[in-house]
Amino acid sequence: MNDAAEYALRLGDDALVLAQRLGEWAARAPELEEDLALTNIALDLLGQARALLTHAGELEGEGRDEDDLAYLRSDREFRNALIVEQPNGDFARTIARQLLFSTYQLALYDRLCDSADDVLSGVAGKAVKEVAYHRDHAREWTLRLGDGTEESHRRMQDAVDWMWPLAAELFEHDALTERLVAEGIAVDPRALRPAWEHFVGGVLEEATLTRPETTYAPTGGRRGEHSEALGHMLAVMQSTHRAHPGATW
Amino acid sequence: MTRAQRLREVVAGVPDPEIPALTIDDLGILRDVAEERGHLTVTLTPTYSGCPAIDPIRDAVAGTAAGAGFADVEVVLQLKPAWTTGWMSEEGRRKLHAYGIAPPSDRAIGCPLTQVRVACPRCGSRDTRLVTRFGATPCQAQFTCGECLEPFDHFKAH
Repeated sequence: MNDAAEYALRLGDDALVLAQRLGEWAARAPELEEDLALTNIALDLLGQARALLTHAGELEGEGRDEDDLAYLRSDREFRNALIVEQPNGDFARTIARQLLFSTYQLALYDRLCDSADDVLSGVAGKAVKEVAYHRDHAREWTLRLGDGTEESHRRMQDAVDWMWPLAAELFEHDALTERLVAEGIAVDPRALRPAWEHFVGGVLEEATLTRPETTYAPTGGRRGEHSEALGHMLAVMQSTHRAHPGATW
Repeated sequence: MTRAQRLREVVAGVPDPEIPALTIDDLGILRDVAEERGHLTVTLTPTYSGCPAIDPIRDAVAGTAAGAGFADVEVVLQLKPAWTTGWMSEEGRRKLHAYGIAPPSDRAIGCPLTQVRVACPRCGSRDTRLVTRFGATPCQAQFTCGECLEPFDHFKAH
């Protein structure tokens, strides 16, 4: 797969895998409004994923469409970051993941609006408005839970501590991003970190939470080295398509 | 009237499947109808990236065009420039209000939803409260009215 296709796949897989995870909350969120909110966020991400995977398939030029890429790849062929594939855990852990990831994704899409790749800039221009809502939603819940009861504070802090090390991978650069940054197509992930630190740090402080101090930073998602969780998730996500190839509804 | 103009009149009336009070023209997602060397193209811009209505809308546009005698019309989706509620017609906003959904205000584009003052579409009171920013469809948020106590949807400025 060429550089541009691989890059579109990374962005698309982040959105697709997180959409699937958030969709798992359908009918089991703590309240009805959250059922709607989490699945609406999933829907936005799924829409982004569809456009990005379609684009990756076109750039690759081997006739694969969005469904081929979503349903017929194994876990080792997925290029998403590890943070999005993590099991939902409790509601606090899902919210912590949303806060860390959507803050990153908003900064990313904001810069991607100027990409030399017209499809990427088009997807980003639309998605940046959607992700602003996602980040807002995560921020409000982080504040409510962090600065809430003793129990909600403890669980929100646990959730942030648990998710925090996984965020580092989002800002990793490699030879591929360097080549595409030089062509004006990609955003340098390292450049997103200061604004991310500033926003997330501000929310944690306002929520009376402690910013975790850790050097542990698992990585490998962009190379297809995933946690065990992804394979199980894909088994559920892909089973219908694999059992009934080409089925539509 | 050119063929493209006639086709535009025909497909402009296609309703939105989720809010059937509005047409795709009212919503501002019908961006262009053009003819080039005898080939007709209808350009649509989806509201939200994941809007599930866009596939049925695409089918309805093609079906409506075919029903009116326009064969082989191509329907294309264009993401750029991104759709905004600023493209919704005044007529569309009136229809939304009459349908019971508080329409978006252009001044609210880019404002946090918690700071937007939304009037209740039933009683007109401005004593309203945001319940959740995500409603029955991606483009709506749920509010409740402090005056008549009824819940209602608001089409978010976007």
